[in-house]
Amino acid sequence: MTKYVIKRILYMFLTMFVITVMCFVLIKLLPLPAVREMGRDINLVLAKREKMGYNKPIMVQFFLYMKSIFTEWDWGVGEQMYDSLPIWDVMMQKLPYTVVVNLYSILISIPLGLGLGIYAALKKNKWQDAFISTLVMVFISVPSYVYAFLVQYIFCFKLDWFPLQLASLSQAGSLFSWRMFVSMVPAIMSLSFGVIAGFTRYTRAELSEVLTGDYMLLARTKGLTKAQAISRHAMRNAMVVILPMIIGEFIGILGGSMIIENIFGIPGIGNLYIASINVRDYNFFMALTVFYTLIGLASGIVIDISYGFIDPRIRMGSKK
Amino acid sequence: MMEQRIDRNIPKEKFQFVQKEARIHDERLQTKSVGYLQDAWNRFRTNKSAVVAFVLIMVLAAFALIVPVVSNYTVTFRDGYYKTVLPKFELFKNSGFWDGGKNEKQSVAGYQYLNAIGLETGKPAIMKVYDSFQDSTGETYYNLRVDSYYSVGFVYVNLSDAEYQALMQYQNDTGIQVIYPLAAIQNKHFVRGNDGANFWYKLQDESQGSSGAAKLDDNGNYIPNYLTSDNPERAGYTSLRIAGDGENGVWYTYAQKNQTGYRCRVHYSEYFYYRNGFYASFLFGTNVYGQDIFTCLAVGARFSLLLAITVATINFILGVIYGSIEGYYGGATDMIMERISDILASVPFMVTATLFQLHLADRVGVVVSLLFAFVLTGWVGTASRVRTQFYRFKGQEYVLAARTLGASDRRLIFKHIFPNSLGTIVTGAVMTIPGVIFSESMLSYLHIINLDTSSTLTSIGTMLSNGQGYLSTYPHIIMFPAIFIAILEISFNLFGNGLRDALNPSLRGADN
Repeated sequence: MTKYVIKRILYMFLTMFVITVMCFVLIKLLPLPAVREMGRDINLVLAKREKMGYNKPIMVQFFLYMKSIFTEWDWGVGEQMYDSLPIWDVMMQKLPYTVVVNLYSILISIPLGLGLGIYAALKKNKWQDAFISTLVMVFISVPSYVYAFLVQYIFCFKLDWFPLQLASLSQAGSLFSWRMFVSMVPAIMSLSFGVIAGFTRYTRAELSEVLTGDYMLLARTKGLTKAQAISRHAMRNAMVVILPMIIGEFIGILGGSMIIENIFGIPGIGNLYIASINVRDYNFFMALTVFYTLIGLASGIVIDISYGFIDPRIRMGSKK
Repeated sequence: MMEQRIDRNIPKEKFQFVQKEARIHDERLQTKSVGYLQDAWNRFRTNKSAVVAFVLIMVLAAFALIVPVVSNYTVTFRDGYYKTVLPKFELFKNSGFWDGGKNEKQSVAGYQYLNAIGLETGKPAIMKVYDSFQDSTGETYYNLRVDSYYSVGFVYVNLSDAEYQALMQYQNDTGIQVIYPLAAIQNKHFVRGNDGANFWYKLQDESQGSSGAAKLDDNGNYIPNYLTSDNPERAGYTSLRIAGDGENGVWYTYAQKNQTGYRCRVHYSEYFYYRNGFYASFLFGTNVYGQDIFTCLAVGARFSLLLAITVATINFILGVIYGSIEGYYGGATDMIMERISDILASVPFMVTATLFQLHLADRVGVVVSLLFAFVLTGWVGTASRVRTQFYRFKGQEYVLAARTLGASDRRLIFKHIFPNSLGTIVTGAVMTIPGVIFSESMLSYLHIINLDTSSTLTSIGTMLSNGQGYLSTYPHIIMFPAIFIAILEISFNLFGNGLRDALNPSLRGADN
């Protein structure tokens, strides 16, 4: 197990390294945008560029980039936006918004999704199941921005229950204040429809498969009630597959949804990424590329490893 | 139980040879044989939702292919005056629904303004007056249904000399009044109207900040307020005149000569007809640029569908080749190729799309670079599916038998293993189509790609982002593209599920 985990992590870093090199080279091949006039700060950016060796060969630049990251945790400074602010600081300032919105969404989606999925599996092939499955099909297929527009139109304009845009931190006081939460509700709703449907579909599929297992018949034969058999045997076995998915979702909340952040004006990581492309700030773009790649890779590994932890029967890395 | 009776003593002569002369054949099968595709079709046919989804896809595809060809409008069509006009379907005329009308609350001045347009043109801008009421301050208000087309009313246009002559000729030929006398009020500070072109009547107060309420005569009628002169031929106007012109020796002025030609006040609905040969009527309304949403949607959908099908086909071919090699040879080949595809699959799609845009869009065009971005990492999914299928089938006895008979690698792959895995792979390829459509609309929504530069293209995502700022006031701009893409995505997913059940009966109902 340990050996497998180490191997996976080493692979992850290898992949990470290759992608970083590729993206770095591709970004450096683009014409370097001129530094905008911004008073005295222009010299700071120029000095920074000099330090990063912007007129040296690209591989030397890459070496300097890596060196400054590993020795000083310096990801560069904003050139076209967030003038001269360190990129890492800006990212850390944006990250909480993304995380909080997605966290709320996940916390709402998990119980709802699991509950509906379990219910549908238990009522399999009855009308309740057909109803839930149809809804799931619709909610999974419809793109998240369509919900966003619907939620915005109905709840923000027509009913006027929620503000259109996220409350600013100064208005709301804290990221976790009630006012902040209320202004986040439209975004949370738009995010959650698809996630709930995903959880429901997955839970229903797993549980209904488990329910047909022989050990379920045995459990009933030896005298357990249906509820006992389901909670003690079926759910546990279904969870082997469902839990890793939940864990994966938790890592995914770091990345968030660019389009939802864009529609509801959440000043999160996704909006930062889009802004960095639009103004061609390649320092931000590079750092965010690394960030997104890392999240993707990490969630893959955590999901795989969690299988082994949740169900000792699964031996990771063994030959099939 | 019945007792078994066996006659033990049968005389020999009772026996006779069967088929003494004939040769013995296998009996011909009496039923028609059912092939794989026929079988799959039979299964697909019984799946009602998948059939409905398939029909829907066909309808939407037909819409996307036919509408851009037959439509009166194009993507480049932009009308500066029919901006954000509402959806209008001729069948629902005056029904209060889908008739190009909008319910509005208007003050007295607003009501008079709209009413005056109808009086002058004969085309009523007010479709219906629901009721009027007085608010707490005693002001009277009207609840109206306003025709978003006719409420444009009049506009000032600058015509060249030739255009002016042609328009007058058109008026003389058809007897349709297009050019109306210039209004005396030329202030621009009124809330409504195109440079005040609709204020052809006297106002109580013409100063800045006026409500624009009309000054009525003793009978409650509007008092016309046109530019006048004592010469009927002023500014070369020789065409139709409106009623009331020329009374008491006072003639209305229909045009003003300026450096480039003539400045006229035209009835826009008729002027539009004169210019285009049809009256403006937009099935899905127009957006803020005055583009026809119906046509744009079809063009955007056509692009999305073509792109998605192209991407799915290319990814299918690449994935099948790559996955077959991986899965068939296994070992070190497999491991190295897996590493490569792993790395490609780990690059976030947004990053790929952005980098391709930044690097290639100027050189090979937006569409091609978008295609590259989809292809670069898109085939990995197909490849891994193919690989899995190969691992599943290559150890089976029939493959071993074929190998023993001397079949080549290629023959084994394409004749023996591949057809068995076809169902799964085809389903996977079809399922990539909705994903591509979604990603494309998302990228253009976020302005990471911009398809509108080539002016013959547009994208559903662009339409959505154009409408986003007007969600509260003009929801129709966003509603039609959003509904369209939602139906398209649902249909493709349902169809894909049906296809999977039909092609791989063993997977029936999995993750559904």
